[in-house]
Amino acid sequence: MSTLHTVNKSPFNHATLSQCARLCHDQDAIVLLEDGVYGALTSSPCATDLASLLARGVALFALECDLRARGLEARLLPGIQVTDERGFVRLSLEHKTLQSWY
Amino acid sequence: MKFAIAVHGAPHTSQASASAYRFARALLDEGHELYRVFFYRDGVHNGSALAAPPQDEQDLTADWQTLARTHNVDLLVCIAAALRRGILNADEAERYAKPAANLAQGFELGGLGQLVDAAVHVDRLITFGA
Repeated sequence: MSTLHTVNKSPFNHATLSQCARLCHDQDAIVLLEDGVYGALTSSPCATDLASLLARGVALFALECDLRARGLEARLLPGIQVTDERGFVRLSLEHKTLQSWY
Repeated sequence: MKFAIAVHGAPHTSQASASAYRFARALLDEGHELYRVFFYRDGVHNGSALAAPPQDEQDLTADWQTLARTHNVDLLVCIAAALRRGILNADEAERYAKPAANLAQGFELGGLGQLVDAAVHVDRLITFGA
């Protein structure tokens, strides 16, 4: 039973993304939204955590409109997938439970 | 599939209600059903009829009302969270002897039981935290 995690806080000033990464199972996925998209940057304090999640098969997504609003589209960690709201809705149905970190 | 959304943030304070609204539109566009939006904690400010944002900015209260009207969505505002933040319907204004009521049309006051009811009724409950 997999979980879709959502993280809406920047890892530069909140621990939500690192806490989420610690509890993430191999089949889970994470959607970064709002200020959470700062976690998708190569310079993110959680970049190493996220790289090991990707290596374990955890799918990582960042919400396109929030990336664009912050001008971050070109600075993403390799392996982060960009999705829109409809993609977000579809992801929420691909996983049995939703866990919001905020 | 059936969805419910919980909103914990006030408009103009956090992005939570704007994100929740965009998710709501997307799930309806995808052909799914939205059973209920539950406004909790600071999210109750979405149900204020007195907020008057500038005309060139998003009016989330009006957006939720339109969504509720066109897609028959239940807009439920947590009564305990609402009363302490000054969001009252006519009954509560009278009960607490307040000079006015301000719960916007289309929104209803209710209890946490209705969040539990939504969680039981739907396929997915998603929370937009502040």
